[in-house]
Amino acid sequence: MRLTCTVNGKVETVDDVWPGESLLYVLRERMGLPGAKNACEQGECGSCSVHLDGILVCACLVAAGQVEGAEIKTVEGLAGAKDLHPVQQAYLDAGAVQCGFCTPGLIVATVDLLEKNADPSDSEIREALAGNLCRCTGYSKILDAVRLAAVRLEGAGVE
Amino acid sequence: MEFFRPATLNDALTLKSAHPTALCINGGTDVMVELNFDRKRPETLLDLSAISELSEWSDQGDSILLGAGVSYTRIYHELAKELPGLAMASRTVGSLQIRNKGGVGGNLGSASPAGDAHPALLASGATVNVASVNGTRAIDINDFYVGPKKNAMNPDEIITSVLIPKARGGQQYSKIGTRNAMVIAVCSFGIAIDSTNKSVGTGIGSAGPTPLRAHEAESYAASHLDWTHGSAVTPEMMKEFGALVAAASKPIDDVRGTAAYRRHTLAVISGRCLKWAWTSTQEMRSK
Ligand SMILES: Cc1cc2nc3c(=O)[nH]c(=O)nc-3n(C[C@H](O)[C@H](O)[C@H](O)COP(=O)(O)OP(=O)(O)OC[C@H]3O[C@@H](n4cnc5c(N)ncnc54)[C@H](O)[C@@H]3O)c2cc1C
Ligand code: FES
Ligand code: FES
Repeated sequence: MRLTCTVNGKVETVDDVWPGESLLYVLRERMGLPGAKNACEQGECGSCSVHLDGILVCACLVAAGQVEGAEIKTVEGLAGAKDLHPVQQAYLDAGAVQCGFCTPGLIVATVDLLEKNADPSDSEIREALAGNLCRCTGYSKILDAVRLAAVRLEGAGVE
Repeated sequence: MEFFRPATLNDALTLKSAHPTALCINGGTDVMVELNFDRKRPETLLDLSAISELSEWSDQGDSILLGAGVSYTRIYHELAKELPGLAMASRTVGSLQIRNKGGVGGNLGSASPAGDAHPALLASGATVNVASVNGTRAIDINDFYVGPKKNAMNPDEIITSVLIPKARGGQQYSKIGTRNAMVIAVCSFGIAIDSTNKSVGTGIGSAGPTPLRAHEAESYAASHLDWTHGSAVTPEMMKEFGALVAAASKPIDDVRGTAAYRRHTLAVISGRCLKWAWTSTQEMRSK
């Protein structure tokens, strides 16, 4: 089938899509957007997290056919022309990135959290990121990054 | 593979009757795992997620009519007051990403004994509304689960909504697992106290071939709770209620736990749920 949807603000059309393949496969293999990672394909790790019509989802659990006409935002759409998104910068500055495999999913999930809750408590951060697994950091630097991003975003008055 | 994405329920019913083997997909959180791992290769996928009437809920006075496609996230944000038991259960599902997509229609479609919506639906006496080109049927939740991962639906039917009575007393849900997030229940228990009818509803998850009710525990609680003065649930009542719940379960040994562990934990969590739900029943009264 032919699939048309908006990805990071740009209308994309791809052909020969098998409707039962995942949005994750479409993004990575057909649109050349490898930011969302594929680790488990069963919703357990969150490394494929993206925004679908404004809602945080696992791209591996969305069928390609379901996103016809939808609006998708991936980690690739976060940075500006010159600067990283404040959440991305906070992950770097806090040392929350080791191998980096979990990072795109965690950053998208963090952006989702901070858009809804500018000043989350530690338990709210843990709850919001519970669907994102990291095998390297032990999570404490990730929590630091989220707190840092929250402070910077509040200070800057953006989003 | 054929893929249909109808925009209206009528179109969906026509398609389902023409393709009875079509696999419905809504949130996709069960279906996509099966597709990704090649466990299922349906000839036809029928996507219900574009049908707006399935993703709405409405207030029917005494009950909430919950569209099959309303996500767990919306249930606990929008219906925590009317349906506290289901809202609590919804909060325990998977992770935020899963709760944003999954919903009660898919939980009922999969009819896994471990599904978190089932104990709350059983406890509050819900009705599942299904439809086909031939009309609609209202299935009592007590008749809905017919076997392991089997429900009472015909191949041409689609779940449209669930009618759930609003809470008329305290409700609770408790789930045993190895951690807080992303856990399939080892066993679970839901309770709904109805102070208008002076009755108690229960639901047991993950401890039998289907979700179950604990009828004897329900009658025991109804006849031992102090409906007149609201005095507290005693440790003896918690113990007896828990024992009756455990006796109603039919657990097996599997990778997540042994039958004996399930019986033990069910007795403990159900006793606690009775106490907590009774406390909130009194709080609701005094308001
Ligand atoms: C990582 C992960 C964690 C999970 N954790 C939990 C958990 O903690 N607790 C829990 O209960 N579940 C859990 N699940 C399972 C799943 O999220 C739930 O069962 C959810 O309710 C399914 O809803 P859905 O809309 O995504 O269903 P789908 O995957 O779209 O469909 C599920 C089934 O229902 C059928 N169906 C869907 N809608 C309809 C309809 N309207 N009419 C008829 N049939 C229909 C489909 O054909 C399919 O058989 C988890 C899943 C994943 C991937
Ligand atoms: S790849 Fe989607 S959650 Fe792991
Ligand atoms: S940094 Fe390696 S998995 Fe998180």
